[in-house]
Amino acid sequence: MTFDAHRCENGHVTYPGHTFCPECGEKQTETIDLSERRGEVVTWTHSTATPPGVREPNTLAIVEFDVADTVVRALGQVTTDDVETGDVVEPVYVEELRDPEIGIKEPESQDWDGYRFRPVQ
Amino acid sequence: MGVAVIEASMTKFGQRDAWLRDLLAEAGEECLSDAPIDNDDVEHLYVSNMSSGEFEGQTGVMNWLAHDLGLLPAYSERVDQTSSSGGAGIYEAWQSIASGASEMTLLVGGEKMTHKTTPEATDIIASITHPDEYKHGVTLPSFAGLTARHYLERFDAPRESLAKVAVKNHRNGVDNPNAQFQKEITTETALESPIVADPLRLYDFCPITDGSAAMLFTTEERAAELTDDYAVVSGIGGATDTHVVHERDDPTVMGGVVESSDQAYEMAGLGPDDLDVAELHDMFTILEFLQLEGIGVAEQGEAWELSMDGDTDRDGELPINTSGGLKSKGHPLGASGVAQGVEIYEQLVGEAGPRQVEADVGLACNVGGFGNCVITTIMEAAE
Ligand SMILES: [Zn+2]
Repeated sequence: MTFDAHRCENGHVTYPGHTFCPECGEKQTETIDLSERRGEVVTWTHSTATPPGVREPNTLAIVEFDVADTVVRALGQVTTDDVETGDVVEPVYVEELRDPEIGIKEPESQDWDGYRFRPVQ
Repeated sequence: MGVAVIEASMTKFGQRDAWLRDLLAEAGEECLSDAPIDNDDVEHLYVSNMSSGEFEGQTGVMNWLAHDLGLLPAYSERVDQTSSSGGAGIYEAWQSIASGASEMTLLVGGEKMTHKTTPEATDIIASITHPDEYKHGVTLPSFAGLTARHYLERFDAPRESLAKVAVKNHRNGVDNPNAQFQKEITTETALESPIVADPLRLYDFCPITDGSAAMLFTTEERAAELTDDYAVVSGIGGATDTHVVHERDDPTVMGGVVESSDQAYEMAGLGPDDLDVAELHDMFTILEFLQLEGIGVAEQGEAWELSMDGDTDRDGELPINTSGGLKSKGHPLGASGVAQGVEIYEQLVGEAGPRQVEADVGLACNVGGFGNCVITTIMEAAE
């Protein structure tokens, strides 16, 4: 499992990637690995009414990364319930972010591993 | 070709025993019975519905309804645009008349949800998200929490301004006999209710609801022959925003609201100052602010002041959600956009009873996903 942002030849970066760059319509040709980078929390929430197979509470954050002269955001679970806007976080790999077997989606239809954000002291 | 709405109806919203088929038939029957036409005048039938397959294993509901209401051989189609399926149905119905493809079009929107547990219903709705969002357990309420925190922190808005949206819409719902809740609440109740997605609490969210609503469309010429009480669809627009919510340049701007309302204003030759009443998609209280700003009624970061000052109350400068909104009336996904249209129609033809405000121009903004798809409709009272 990678944590890759995608970049087109005009320097637009998105996470996740798309068939065509949403900004300019060109193909995305490069990847930028976010897993070794630190980002900053833009906003966060403690979600308590969670669907089947999801931890409760589920603390989520939108995190902004500085990459190649621009910024890219990612949304993900936070390792702790103790997080604030502006916190610096680092990605931590998790094998299963939720139980794929008891939600509405076909388990084989997508990946279930990924990265949580851990605040850096 | 000018498009008119000549009849509108809705079922009681709430926890209903009826399944989707019967909810759709109930709204459709009432609309047709009250209309000055024969059932076989209907040439097109649109059924707005997000997830009948996922909620109850029933598919093909448009054909069921065409047969059940005696509309054969009318053209029939199910319209899914998630939470904005109802608005998308208005768009399809408008297109069918405006293009000349149909001279009489019935739109019925509905959803049956309450037989599922709240986590199950939340999961069905969350399945609209991108797989990279879904695997993190993201829900629509959690998008609302993330956005509300950002809005409050960035614009220094008081938490109370969101609670006041809930209080207002509950107060409006008291006078709507079809609303799921007809009960006033206080700001304190809203502010002390359990946390659902911090900083938002239970009363910042609409309930899970069963219900259906219907509208009947024809040409302006035919409408004028048939009735004195009709409304005209003078502007409509539909647009999309990013599927992945965190990819938006500004988390507090709903691009689909901006774009669809721009289209609707341009078609109608009107602007935000011309509005007399509006139904906004208050699935979460914060969405009322984002839409007030998106449709140009308030500047970015300032809609919360309208809430604090009472400008959006029923007796305020621009009454918002006189029906009670999704918050108090309920949110049966596919029905909600149609029910917004029903309220605007009733306001424009003077049938809103105790909820009546002085209105010649009304707007409905129906939001799918977390602003992923949006339909804005402007209706005017007949001359
Ligand atoms: Zn590009």
